[in-house]
Amino acid sequence: MTNYGEPALADASNVDAFVEFERVQKSYDGENLVVKDLNLTMPKGEFLTMLGPSGSGKTTCLMMLAGFETATHGDIRLDGTSINNIPPHKRGIGMVFQNYALFPHMTIAENLSFPLEVRKMGKSEREEKVKRALDMVEMGAFGGRRPAQLSGGQQQRIALARALVFEPELVLMDEPLGALDKQLREKMQFEITHLAHRLGITVVYVTHDQTEALTMSDRVAVFDDGRIQQIAPPDQLYESPENSFVAQFIGENNTLEGTIKEIKGDRALVQLDDGELIDCKPVNVSRPGERTRVSIRPERVEYNKSRLREGVHTLKAEVLEFIYMGDIFRTRLRVAGNDEFIIKTRNAPDQVRLQPGQQIEIGWLPEDCRALDA
Amino acid sequence: MSDITQSGPVLAADGTPLKRSLARALRMQKLRALMLIAPLLLFILVTFILPVADMLFRSVENRIVQDTLPQTVEALADWDPASGQLPEEAVFAAMAADLQIAAREKTHTKVAKRLNYENPGVSSVFRKSGRKVSKWNLAADGPFREKLIEIDDGWGDVELWRTIKTYSGSVTSGYFLNAVDMQLGAEGPEIRPENERIYNTMLIRTMRMSLIITFSCILLGYPVAWILANLPARKANLLLILVLLPFWTSLLVRTSAWKILLQQQGVINDTLVWIGLVDDANRLVLINNELGTIIAMTHILLPFMILPMYSVMQTINPSYLRAAKSLGATDWTAFWRVYFPQTVPGIGAGSILVFILAVGYYITPALVGGTKGTFISNLIAYHISTSGNWGLGAALGAILLAVVLLLYWVYDKVVGIDNVKLG
Repeated sequence: MTNYGEPALADASNVDAFVEFERVQKSYDGENLVVKDLNLTMPKGEFLTMLGPSGSGKTTCLMMLAGFETATHGDIRLDGTSINNIPPHKRGIGMVFQNYALFPHMTIAENLSFPLEVRKMGKSEREEKVKRALDMVEMGAFGGRRPAQLSGGQQQRIALARALVFEPELVLMDEPLGALDKQLREKMQFEITHLAHRLGITVVYVTHDQTEALTMSDRVAVFDDGRIQQIAPPDQLYESPENSFVAQFIGENNTLEGTIKEIKGDRALVQLDDGELIDCKPVNVSRPGERTRVSIRPERVEYNKSRLREGVHTLKAEVLEFIYMGDIFRTRLRVAGNDEFIIKTRNAPDQVRLQPGQQIEIGWLPEDCRALDA
Repeated sequence: MSDITQSGPVLAADGTPLKRSLARALRMQKLRALMLIAPLLLFILVTFILPVADMLFRSVENRIVQDTLPQTVEALADWDPASGQLPEEAVFAAMAADLQIAAREKTHTKVAKRLNYENPGVSSVFRKSGRKVSKWNLAADGPFREKLIEIDDGWGDVELWRTIKTYSGSVTSGYFLNAVDMQLGAEGPEIRPENERIYNTMLIRTMRMSLIITFSCILLGYPVAWILANLPARKANLLLILVLLPFWTSLLVRTSAWKILLQQQGVINDTLVWIGLVDDANRLVLINNELGTIIAMTHILLPFMILPMYSVMQTINPSYLRAAKSLGATDWTAFWRVYFPQTVPGIGAGSILVFILAVGYYITPALVGGTKGTFISNLIAYHISTSGNWGLGAALGAILLAVVLLLYWVYDKVVGIDNVKLG
């Protein structure tokens, strides 16, 4: 249940499927598909994040799962049962909204008691559960207050407690930390993941903040253009993006454009547009002559000749800008006509500080350089 | 620099107390603000506040008896109406003297009119006597008791003298008592005979019908406001124009349109007869009664209900309803427990507006109300413009004002005026 961050989960499809999307499509106007052919399987207890730019269909997916939108085509299953025709209030899914949606005319305790009341629970049982839920988010003393009297972070906790108080097995969260400042957001990220794993609940979390997605999730589904571009644990997503959208969207990334010269096993030789040659790992390119966009992470670029492996191709680069950021150095280079090539180096005692105007040679391990679709 | 830790008033940089310094700095600003609102303030003072105050004063003002019959009032001071005896000769002599002066100045008809409100019949006694008394020689022609009674038997009635004595003060509660169907009898205030009671019935009818109109507006307006608040902005604006359309049409035109629709030979009855729902001989009476007033006024006041409700509903985030449903509430529970309580301020604002407007409404009840559907304001208008009894009109108006303020106060206690949002 708490195979936190283990790659095994990525292959867990169809095993213990708890939430399933099968060939789901959604259109609002009958002309454009907002969600195009979505297939997704989630095991119980997983923390899955839907990440993507606005308009990519991630929130629509969440709303379909919650029951506020109906799928135009396809099947959504919860614990093996199709829920397409079950109204939202019978799905038993907890939900945390972007603006918290705490009922302003009720006190905090009344807010938490609401889902229990509509389930016709007895008064003493309700009070006990409300108390337990408030203690769980460390807000035990606030039961008598109104939502407007709480800070954003406190409202956030109450919204979380309210979504959990009736003990749903599945909880949906729609950008719940979007309104908080950075420091509080980081603290809450931590608390939410811990709570989720402690209670063993399954969470579908929607965000457009990639840091949030990487730090919180067991798996991340990257959405774009109504499709899941890649679904993988955070480390795989960052280190092995499967297409250039994911490479661009997750983390900082350098791209160089060129043409495949030859492919041999897991090595591809790419000729960049200015004629230079580099070694890459082919990902979703298949034949020589194909256009490709080569992706390399800024921290995997090496300019210290002694650390470069023998025999790999290197590129000439000109230092344009050196930015001191405390823990790291960020250097902007001109590489193969690209002025926005960034390298990141750790601020270590033996580290060389590059000067603008300096001519250097850069290289990398072929497996860190991924040849992706153009 | 002023020291924070010093005792006594905080001082500004030049040593003057900070408070005075601040007041001086703000004086110019306040003066400018006052000048900006001065024209409107003056306008309201002259055209609204002063007339209202004057009318309120008229509801108790009663100088006319004292001013016109000063000697009589003085002579009557020793007379006891409870004795059942006519006043002494001296009183009649004083009356003859007063009448002579009054007839010359032609004020005797005015005092007659005033006293006639309280004791019908007094007017003709005064008018008849005024002409004749002016020819008498006050020094020689006495005694006047018999001579006056000779002119009109009314002078021999103890009630007439009692009325004069009762209403000889410079202020009177008579108009207000009259406005609640009471009068000043021999033993103080008493309820009028049943056939003379009218104002209480009118006041209660006005309140009851205004409440019915307010509730009809809530029932009809709530769903409209909800649709307006939940439609996309472009469609909502279009519909809002339809809601506001009545504001751009003359009130008279709209009321007359209801006359055409509701009368027995009108559109609605004709249609019902044509369909066969109503027999031609038994056409529905939809106008010149309470129903007509309620229908027309509900229509006319509906926008005042819809607009505040709409503006409140617009601010309610749809995610509240979604949250309620995700927590397990059915559509109805979500509406009743979560949405409706948040719209109460809008309902409150609309209700206050509609009720207060309805209570004072005049044109529509006058046109479609017949005799059974008129409001207290129609009576006020009658007394101000037709019967000329301004004092009574003013008293009725003051009572109406007091009732509205009282209801407002009750509303504040029950719902809380802070909970009202007008937009």
